[in-house]
Amino acid sequence: MSTATAEPASKVEIKAGSADAIQSFDITLKVRRYNPEVSDDAHWDEYKLTMYGTDRVLDALHRVKWEEDGSLSFRRSCAHGVCGSDAMRINGRNRLACKTLLKDLDTSKPITVEPIKGLPVEKDLIVDMEPFFQSYREVMPFLIAKGHEPAKERFQSQEDRERYDDTTKCILCAACTSSCPVFWTDGQYFGPAAIVNAHRFIFDSRDDAGDMRLEILNDKEGVWRCRTTFNCTEACPRGIQVTKAISEVKQAILQRTI
Amino acid sequence: MTAQIDAPRAKRIDPKYNRSRKSRNNFEMTAWLFMRLSGVVLIVLIFGHLISNLLVGQGVHAIDFGFVAGKWASPLWQVWDLTMLWLAMLHGTNGVRTIINDYAEKDRTRFWLKTVLYVATAFTLILGTLVIFTFDPCISETVAQALDQCRA
Repeated sequence: MSTATAEPASKVEIKAGSADAIQSFDITLKVRRYNPEVSDDAHWDEYKLTMYGTDRVLDALHRVKWEEDGSLSFRRSCAHGVCGSDAMRINGRNRLACKTLLKDLDTSKPITVEPIKGLPVEKDLIVDMEPFFQSYREVMPFLIAKGHEPAKERFQSQEDRERYDDTTKCILCAACTSSCPVFWTDGQYFGPAAIVNAHRFIFDSRDDAGDMRLEILNDKEGVWRCRTTFNCTEACPRGIQVTKAISEVKQAILQRTI
Repeated sequence: MTAQIDAPRAKRIDPKYNRSRKSRNNFEMTAWLFMRLSGVVLIVLIFGHLISNLLVGQGVHAIDFGFVAGKWASPLWQVWDLTMLWLAMLHGTNGVRTIINDYAEKDRTRFWLKTVLYVATAFTLILGTLVIFTFDPCISETVAQALDQCRA
C-alpha cells in the first residue's frame, strides 16, 4: 500500500522557473513621511522594491525599514490581522498592511501608504490612538451584570449569542473610525468603533447596562451623527457590518424612548 | 515627600477631541425621526402638487394668477400647501443644519451659519403662512371681473 503522506507545504521545493514558482514584480512604494523633530511638514518618499506574489504591504514596509531606511516608523505586532496595530491608508483606503497582498493592488502605479486620517500623526505612519480609545472607554466596553454572581459560568443560548456575534469580531484597529468623514471634521463624533463595541454589550443577554450605554450614545455626537456613508463597513478588515450595527443601536434608542 | 507622577498618558490628549458636555435631551433623535417621517409625507404631497399643477387638464399652461386663486379657494389645497410648506422647510432646514454641523470646523462658524439659516427659514415660513391665510383673490377691479369667486 502506498500511503505516502504529503510533504508539508513549507518543505515542498519549488523550482525556479517552474509554473509553481512564486511570481515576482517591481513596485514603487510611496510612503507619507513625517518627523516633527526634523520638519513640521510631511512629505512623500518613494522606494523601488522587488517583491513576490506572497508578499503583503507590511512585507514591503519591512523591506524598507530593514534594508533601505531604518528611520521609517510604523506599528505592527502580530503581523497576521489579529492585533489591529497596522491599520493604514493604502491607495486611499483604510486597510491592515498585514492583510493586503501586493498582487491585489495595481502594481503598475506607485502604491501609496499614509497614516490613518483624523487622528494626530506622531511619526510617519504612527498616529496617537488616545482619542479613539477615549471614546471606546466612554461606552463602558465591559460586562455589567446585576444580581448575584453565579457560582458557575453565565449561561447563554446559542440564539442569544448569535445576536451580537458580528460585533465581537472588532480588533480596535481604528480603520472604521478613521475612515468616517464625520469623524474627520472635528473628532467629536464617538465613531463607528465605539458604537460597535457598545453594540456588543447592548445586545448581550447577560449584560444589564444596555440602557446606560444607549443613554450615552443618544447624544448629538453619538449615533445620530452617523450619515450612513458605509465607509466604516467598507474599511473593516474583519468584515463587520458596522453601519448595520449603528442602525441597530439607533433602533434600540428609538424603541426605548417611544 | 512623595513626588507626583502623572499616569503615562495623562493630559496628553489633544483638547480638540474632548467632547463638550453631553446633550441631555432627545433633540437629535427627534430630528432624525422627523427627517424620515416628513420625507415619506413629502413624497405624497409633492407628487400630488406636481400632478395637480402640471399634468391634470391643460397642465403647465393653465398656471396663472387665477389658477392659484382658484386652488386656494378650497380648504383642501390651503391645508395641502400649508403642510407642504412647513414640512419641506423644516426638512430642508434640518438637512442644511446637519451639513453645517458636519462641514464647519469651528463652533463660531457653526453658530453664524445656523443663525442665517434659521432667520431665512423663519422668514419664508411666516411669509408663506401669511399668504396662504390672508390671500385675497380680488385685489383689483380687472382681476375681480375675470374671476368667478369675486363676482358674487
